[in-house]
Amino acid sequence: MYQVGNLVKELTEKHGRARDSLMPVLQGIVAKHSYLTDEAMVEVAKELDISAAEVYGTASFYTFLDTKERGKYVIRVCKTITCAMKGKSEILEVLEDMLKIKVGETTSDKLFTLMETNCIGWCHKAPAMLINEMPFTELTPERVVEIIKSYMKK
Amino acid sequence: MRHKGLNKVDLIFEKVDLREVLTKAFRMSSEEIIQEILESGLKGRGGAGFPTGLKWKYTAAEKDPDKYVVCNADEGEPGTFKDREILDKVAGKMYGGMAIAGHAIGAKKGIVYLRGEYRFLLPQLMRELESFHAMIAEIGYDFHINYALGSGAYICGEESALFESIEGFRGEPRNKPPYPTTSGVYGKPTSINNVETLVTVLMIIREGAGVYNQLGTKDSRGSKVFSVSGDTPTPGIFELELGMTVQEFVNEFGDGDTKAVQVGGASGFCVPRKRFTDTIIGFEGVPTGGSMKLFNSSRSMYNVLRNYLDFFAEESCGQCTPCRVGCQQLLKGVEKVKKGEVQSSYLNELVKLAETMKIASKCGLGQSVGNAFRTIVENFKEEIIY
Repeated sequence: MYQVGNLVKELTEKHGRARDSLMPVLQGIVAKHSYLTDEAMVEVAKELDISAAEVYGTASFYTFLDTKERGKYVIRVCKTITCAMKGKSEILEVLEDMLKIKVGETTSDKLFTLMETNCIGWCHKAPAMLINEMPFTELTPERVVEIIKSYMKK
Repeated sequence: MRHKGLNKVDLIFEKVDLREVLTKAFRMSSEEIIQEILESGLKGRGGAGFPTGLKWKYTAAEKDPDKYVVCNADEGEPGTFKDREILDKVAGKMYGGMAIAGHAIGAKKGIVYLRGEYRFLLPQLMRELESFHAMIAEIGYDFHINYALGSGAYICGEESALFESIEGFRGEPRNKPPYPTTSGVYGKPTSINNVETLVTVLMIIREGAGVYNQLGTKDSRGSKVFSVSGDTPTPGIFELELGMTVQEFVNEFGDGDTKAVQVGGASGFCVPRKRFTDTIIGFEGVPTGGSMKLFNSSRSMYNVLRNYLDFFAEESCGQCTPCRVGCQQLLKGVEKVKKGEVQSSYLNELVKLAETMKIASKCGLGQSVGNAFRTIVENFKEEIIY
């Protein structure tokens, strides 16, 4: 859990307080904290003068606007057909083995969350994954280990 | 059947003098631009294939002075990645296409809706947008573009769901009519076009409709950027003249053992080997937003179908019952057939369900699930059952 502090105010200063600011504000919170807490969503509702149910209703529609606790780095491995054909399962196994978690779980140090996702538009360089917003393509088990190690050192 | 064969083209990624093309476009009247696009025969490159010139004509006819050009950069169809390459390499041409669209329909505002999965491109896209705005101002033209970002929802590529998302709501498609040309984003007349369509428009204005419509066939003018993936030695992004057969495509991109090509992604059609020679890639045969997936004989078409159905069951927005329940039941149904829990004739019931979804679903998602379902089940029945 994080304290949302002044972040919502900063984001509404930047994006405005109209209804169409809701997505950029929620996206801004997720960019910083990986997920939305109840406290953050209530704060957004107050700032935008809409009901908290509206905020939750919108957030819960979008895969990337998580309302459950997530790690600092959210790994999303593409599971759509080409990535599935080109070794996605092997990539997942390496990640599960290295991070000691299953898909959908977060490491105890809250550093990584492992997820699967639908087509991210890198089929010609499959298998592919996102770590937060960064894409990684043409993955091999060796490359995945290197990538995760580099994130552990950050 | 007449066709043109496989012919590589370089229009989309060609570097152009943007200022020169835009100066030319802004000297033309709205009617002249729309006429030029109509004559070019250009149909929307996102997949649905609505004639771009007509869309602009309808939007231009609206009296409301407050109109929008929206660029649909929510490329989410499995197997499609050509818009990402266009955004990465020639975003300036896309901005130019938006300004031309704005000039044609009488809009001063543009919005690019970029899928969240492509957010990593945003810093470079914003830099290019800054220089684009500066150039437009120098020419003395008034047009301003903003960005809106998606957050991982395939359905937001559906135009009215995309508007809902821009406005800050759940991405649930609206009832049509009214169509976007009369009531789009913020309820204002809107022309919503795909990334590639907008770049193509810029090239049509530069080259002239007469040059462009020499390419392709009567129903499918011009060229198209294809996203090639699957069992191919040369996956990637290729601009090809429209009008080739699947066989010609396979001759170029196949690995010598291609048994099926999925044209148009998960919502598209599966073409089996026996139909390669008589199926044209285009609006007279199998249309595509660019997604071309090749499968060789080592692949189980059951796995392909199951993967697509799993995709749709997750990505259905859940608003209308035929799609929400239909996607789940199709997925459960093929799994039951595979496990032998039901007789193979149950597949016929599932095909009927897919047909019902086509009629009863509110938007293109539910309406097109049956395309892949029917073409895979019909052509690879044994692989689904055994």
